[in-house]
Amino acid sequence: MSDRLTNDVVVKVAHLARLDLTPAEIERATEQLGDMLDHFADIDALDLSAVAPMNQPLPFVNVMRDDVVQPCLDRDEVLDAAPDAQDGRFRVPPIIGSGA
Amino acid sequence: MPPFSTASEIAARVRSGDLKAVDVLEQHLARIDARETEIHAFNLVIADAARQQAGAVDAIVAAGGDPGPLAGVPVALKDNMCTRGVPTTCSSKILAGWKPPYDGTVVSLLQRAGAVAIGKTNLDEFAMGSSTENSAFGPTRNPLDTDLVPGGSSGGSAAAVAAGFAPLSFGSDTGGSIRQPAALCGVVGVKPTYGRVSRYGLVAFASSLDQIGPFTHTVADAALALQVVCGHDPHDSTSIAEPLPDYSALLERGVEGLRVGRITDLPAGADPDVAERIEQAFDALAAAGATIVDVEVPAFTYGLTAYYIIAPAEASSNLARYDGVRYGLRVDAPDTHAMYSATRAAGFGDEVKRRILLGTYALSAGYYDAYYGKALRIRRLMADDFAKAYAQADVLLTPSSPSVAFPFGSKTADPFAMYLCDTYTIPANLTGEPGMSVPFGTGQNDLPVGVQVLAPALGEPVMLQVAAELERAATNLAVGSAS
Repeated sequence: MSDRLTNDVVVKVAHLARLDLTPAEIERATEQLGDMLDHFADIDALDLSAVAPMNQPLPFVNVMRDDVVQPCLDRDEVLDAAPDAQDGRFRVPPIIGSGA
Repeated sequence: MPPFSTASEIAARVRSGDLKAVDVLEQHLARIDARETEIHAFNLVIADAARQQAGAVDAIVAAGGDPGPLAGVPVALKDNMCTRGVPTTCSSKILAGWKPPYDGTVVSLLQRAGAVAIGKTNLDEFAMGSSTENSAFGPTRNPLDTDLVPGGSSGGSAAAVAAGFAPLSFGSDTGGSIRQPAALCGVVGVKPTYGRVSRYGLVAFASSLDQIGPFTHTVADAALALQVVCGHDPHDSTSIAEPLPDYSALLERGVEGLRVGRITDLPAGADPDVAERIEQAFDALAAAGATIVDVEVPAFTYGLTAYYIIAPAEASSNLARYDGVRYGLRVDAPDTHAMYSATRAAGFGDEVKRRILLGTYALSAGYYDAYYGKALRIRRLMADDFAKAYAQADVLLTPSSPSVAFPFGSKTADPFAMYLCDTYTIPANLTGEPGMSVPFGTGQNDLPVGVQVLAPALGEPVMLQVAAELERAATNLAVGSAS
């Protein structure tokens, strides 16, 4: 992956990550992420096709429990912490027609 | 000898009625009053709630009961551990003011053991950093020299113990965030085996790497703390169900007959003063009857790259939840997508944004195989290499940090320079195996050096056994610089 990272890629990634970046932040992120990827070049030459990926440290199996109702968080207490709530639900600005 | 009372001493005296928990608490609050303005270990001190809890502990003793193994021990909690009704910020503007609707499992276990929570400690925002300089609420200063960083990301918790604000604190370790600040502040810090301590109520950074652990003055205190917080938790599906050993059982046994591994292909980068102390640690263990064996861990050298792909990748996913909908900051905008992007832009600091971008990139179509996929395969190599090493050695010894504590601002211009602080601690997070830092003499400018003891999964007892020997040997080291 030796091609140097471009502004366009950073803009796309920032959109995927739902982060508004200023033009100055995009410039800086392009440079810093590019430097980072240069450091990561130490793994470019490794052929690991025969190695199985390891997603997490320990060999876990499915965790099952009886299908019995357990106590859960208090709805009002949870909604109290929300920026906006109405009728026992989280309230957000319009979603449909936003053009995003 | 530590300059402050240990958790073991306090708990024993409070349980016997010889000492009141309220008096212990006031003594620690007075130390906080005297130095906290200068140190900034805490985001929040909860003196009133602590006084209530200490009073309750004393009432149990007065009634002839036993408040538990940590009776009356003041404990400081990293501010990414959920405390019901008490603000939990992760040192981020995006969570400022948020009060969790529940206690994390570790918080509940500590309270049940008679400990007295005194406050929430500062950290690098969302635990991303190695100096506590990334906190949205200002850095923590090293109590040993306030011109220097305390390390990170659990810098507030390390500083709280080093300054005598609490004999016990908890942090989280995703790539070294307990062990490195422990080394830089001259205290003991333990990252247990992944799954040994419940992560329920720990705000997630990188879920396959995060683990909670204690900071203490002594190895015995660390064993005592682990005995309380380790164990299975149905609320954490990655929690290990194995029975708990007695973590204090081997502390006085010595190291006769144990095999201590020296990693011959360890990545370079440790400063000479640190390297010299590590050599002395091997010598001390050999003198105490251990056999030093050479082992190889070829994948060690790729750990940093694998980690700085995997951890940001997981973080980019975990931190998607901060979207202005359910908790924390919201920046109003005409539609939901614009609200997400504006909220996250205003709420996250530079390092968090950097890691979200890096992680999103590593997971995005076209780059996934070259970065994230490859990093997961390196993780497998790492686990295989360590398994071979542990067939030859009971524990491995390395530096905890490549250097002693460093000045503010000295690594902030180049993110990668800061990432190098984690060189020796990262592999244990990738493999899930336990590691701890124990103070072992001083290096440059009389600053503490930490030796890292690594052990195989669930090998905490032998890890603590070796650390206890190093602790004894450290008292015999010449005072002052190693050079």
